[in-house]
Amino acid sequence: MSLREYLATSRGDKPMQIMAHVVCGYPSFEDNMRELEIMAANGVDVVELQFPFSEPSADGPLFVRANELSLKAGTTVEQCFDFMAQVSGKFPFKVLMMGYYNTIFKMGEEKYIARLKEAGGVGFIVPDLPIEEAGELYSVADREGISPIVLMTPTTSDARMEVLGKAASGFVYVVARKGVTGSKTQMGDDVSALVKRVRQHTDVPVAVGFGISSREDIDFLKDIADIAIIGTAALKTWEEQGPEAFDALFASLTAR
Amino acid sequence: MGLFDFAEGREGYYGKFGGTFLPEILHATIEELKACFRECKNDPSFWREYVELMQSYSGRPTPVTYLPNLSAKLGGAQIYVKREDLNHTGSHKVNNVIGQGLLCKRLGKKRVIAETGAGQHGFATATMAAKFGFDCTIYMGAVDVARQRPNVFWMENLGAEVVAVTDGQQTLKDAINEAMRDWVTNMADTHYVLGTACGPHPFPEMVSWFQSIVGLEAREQILAQTGKLPNKVFACVGGGSNAMGLFQGFLDDDVELIGCEAGGHGPESHQHASRLAYTDASLGVAQGYKTYFLQNEEGNMNETHSIAAGLDYIGVNPIMAYLWEQGRVRFDAATDDEVRDALRLVMSTEGLIPALESTHGFAKALQEAAKMNKDEIVLINMSGRGDKDIFTVADALDDNKWKHFISQKAAQYAQEKNS
Repeated sequence: MSLREYLATSRGDKPMQIMAHVVCGYPSFEDNMRELEIMAANGVDVVELQFPFSEPSADGPLFVRANELSLKAGTTVEQCFDFMAQVSGKFPFKVLMMGYYNTIFKMGEEKYIARLKEAGGVGFIVPDLPIEEAGELYSVADREGISPIVLMTPTTSDARMEVLGKAASGFVYVVARKGVTGSKTQMGDDVSALVKRVRQHTDVPVAVGFGISSREDIDFLKDIADIAIIGTAALKTWEEQGPEAFDALFASLTAR
Repeated sequence: MGLFDFAEGREGYYGKFGGTFLPEILHATIEELKACFRECKNDPSFWREYVELMQSYSGRPTPVTYLPNLSAKLGGAQIYVKREDLNHTGSHKVNNVIGQGLLCKRLGKKRVIAETGAGQHGFATATMAAKFGFDCTIYMGAVDVARQRPNVFWMENLGAEVVAVTDGQQTLKDAINEAMRDWVTNMADTHYVLGTACGPHPFPEMVSWFQSIVGLEAREQILAQTGKLPNKVFACVGGGSNAMGLFQGFLDDDVELIGCEAGGHGPESHQHASRLAYTDASLGVAQGYKTYFLQNEEGNMNETHSIAAGLDYIGVNPIMAYLWEQGRVRFDAATDDEVRDALRLVMSTEGLIPALESTHGFAKALQEAAKMNKDEIVLINMSGRGDKDIFTVADALDDNKWKHFISQKAAQYAQEKNS
């Protein structure tokens, strides 16, 4: 089943579908597994597993530190794929790889897609790979039924959205504001207008990310977008308040 | 075909090196920058204004100096030096910074940001921002802030905000990442003044263009002084902007070009910053471009080391990587020890004080000059002056009288604080 077909069947009567995020190996793979169990219990639809990289230039402070500490603890690409295989076999949600292009480049694009597929991943998000450089990777992915997730942003022109829309697969990741991951986004007219503009250029589901942290954000987004992406808010809750608060956060985000 | 005549669909590529690997959010900003740069490059009045400003503000043209004592002592080639150390702020960095300042005015932006390692580029950018009336934020690794306090002092006094970056190795590459994070947030009113000929297109081309003033002058000067072209031209290579600047003057000539990297503790040590002369680096994509990086097999960056903070960097200018692959530029590396010896020799025989970075070029040039004929000519880029980096140089030379002075100074400050 393709990512898009899966999203269509898992929608049900949820106010929105939820994509959540963990940095592989941070705080540890054991913690990751407990986080994912809670996510699954709360009906999260998609999870991005971030493969740590030494130069995570699109990430904000919390994820930068997570990448750094995970690598320091010795996390390898192979461990991340093994973990992905465990996770995709164990939980109902679909799994994407999130990371930076050098991880893929060093591995080789063909080998990367084969390994991703073998580990049960259904797509990938690579923020530093612009579409102009992605031709080969996207065509290998397409051949193997893997979805490359394209990003659209407040600075993306209509003409460029048209180009990106043609390459979109699975869903479009809409970056709600300028900046890096982790700071609060003021949900309002700007975000609505952006999502409307995105929809003019693609008919795949629309996911909104960057700065989503609360039920209020979901209530705002549920009428305009399909998927809400929870990243930093979840890790912050895990670190500062522990598993119970983490569970409460996801329960509140997914409540009907 | 020129280096910058890109084939269809290969804009910003030099062979397999270069490109633009940036988040989607920066696409429009980079397009705007490319368009503005193209306009400036095609406008002769822009270059005229740039050259005039470099004359009146930075003292260009910088001279080419003959080193008779050192030439005689080594008994080989005649040694000449391009004096980029005589620029305002003490290095070639100002060439790029003033150029990007003029470009920033055309872009209509009011704020500049920059990364800095040793502090030279941050210092030059803060100077430019003060002159042009831009707000200025400089990102500098916390480790570098701690070891380069004099440059931080000047940047702050010139009106710049200096942000100490505490991620990663807390050095140059981490400062670049942090500057990128600022840029993806504030691109509407902010220009990123990247300090070397690295990063995403159009930076390698743009920085090389501003630095080409070095090679244009040097070719004319050496011809005027000696009646011929040099046999060999040496420059140190960190990111690679001073070398690109000088080498561009001689690319079409029968002149051997040698890039000198930071050999640190030597080839087997893994404690160096030599991407091309040693064999540990491999092709990768990071910090917005494709080149040789010092990285592990999974693509995570290795720690680097050099006696010269300005050379202590994981990647190398993609144009230089291409010229190396084509056999047009030869690469060699000078170890920390070779650099110390060369610095002592140059100071004591000629009264010149090259920056530790530039001394890497001297170290290799002097070794080769000694084996050349007396009617041959060697030209070295003295990309910066060392006297201003007194703390770093004194450390490198392990000077006990200096240490005594500093501890006395510290005691005096402590006493003043308590009284």
